[in-house]
Amino acid sequence: MDYTLGQKELDSMEEILQKDLIDLGVHCVFLIDMAGNIIVNLDNGDIEHDIYSLAALAAGNFGAVSAMARIVGENEFSLLFHKGKKENIHFSKVMTDFLLVTIFGRETSLGFLRLKVAEAIKKIKVIL
Amino acid sequence: MAFVNLKKKEVQVKIVYYGPGRGGKTTNLEYIYKKFNARIKTEMVAIKTHGDRTLFFDFLPFDIGKIKGYDVKIQLYTVPGQVKYNATRRLVLRGVDGIVFVADSMKVRREKNLLSLKNLQENLSTYKKNIFKIPMVLQYNKIDLSEHGIPLLSPEILGKDLNTQLKAPSFEASALLGSNVVATLKKSISITMASLKKELK
Repeated sequence: MDYTLGQKELDSMEEILQKDLIDLGVHCVFLIDMAGNIIVNLDNGDIEHDIYSLAALAAGNFGAVSAMARIVGENEFSLLFHKGKKENIHFSKVMTDFLLVTIFGRETSLGFLRLKVAEAIKKIKVIL
Repeated sequence: MAFVNLKKKEVQVKIVYYGPGRGGKTTNLEYIYKKFNARIKTEMVAIKTHGDRTLFFDFLPFDIGKIKGYDVKIQLYTVPGQVKYNATRRLVLRGVDGIVFVADSMKVRREKNLLSLKNLQENLSTYKKNIFKIPMVLQYNKIDLSEHGIPLLSPEILGKDLNTQLKAPSFEASALLGSNVVATLKKSISITMASLKKELK
């Protein structure tokens, strides 16, 4: 899979993620490809997660879940959610080759996050 | 194809350690992690089974500084070597830029090396990549075992088995003791970067 994104596209994606997710209280958000490369990453400045490892694991995790989906006769599970005590992770597929990963705390409800993620993805799709 | 971020001036390069099960791929990464601990800011990620076998992959990212103004981030992965985990191996190969093939020098593993190399060729072809074109380094691992009286294959035989057509650079190594582990990695980084430079032109 080859793709090229210029400064303009990256800037607009950052802007979307900043406005739609970070400004609303999400701790950290990153867009990756299925090989585990980070395309855009943003955070609220308070956290220091190792996002390179997170990206590699997220891509691997999604690959494993896709294989599970096929076994039970689904084409794919397009979103994943892991709940923690303080931090939660939400993964959502963006078209076939990209993944949007969002890390958020207890103050953000899952329903609201899903809504916002869906909105952001809709806008990002136009750019990709 | 490596991932180049023009905005952040960053290149992410993926090098995968491939080879038969129990061949020493993870041990290579563990040695690198130990040796360059001061320069590697993050923890090595390893997803293992209870029996210490790699279940999914190991992952070790590190920076090698700037090349032509771009920050180069090398990402080392290993695959699970066991035959049954082929789906996982294929997954890890996605977006690979360079391969280190870790062959097992033990005489009893001769067949396993050949099968694994063949499997690599098949898996690369699913991503439309050619084993003869991808930057590759061969490592003949476990040479330290000869001191313990374990019969090993000579580098000539291993070369004949695995490298007659590939003609890749090869190293005799001991991942456990660290001999030639860094040399293998350096060679892999240099030929992978050279090939990327050519591709990007």
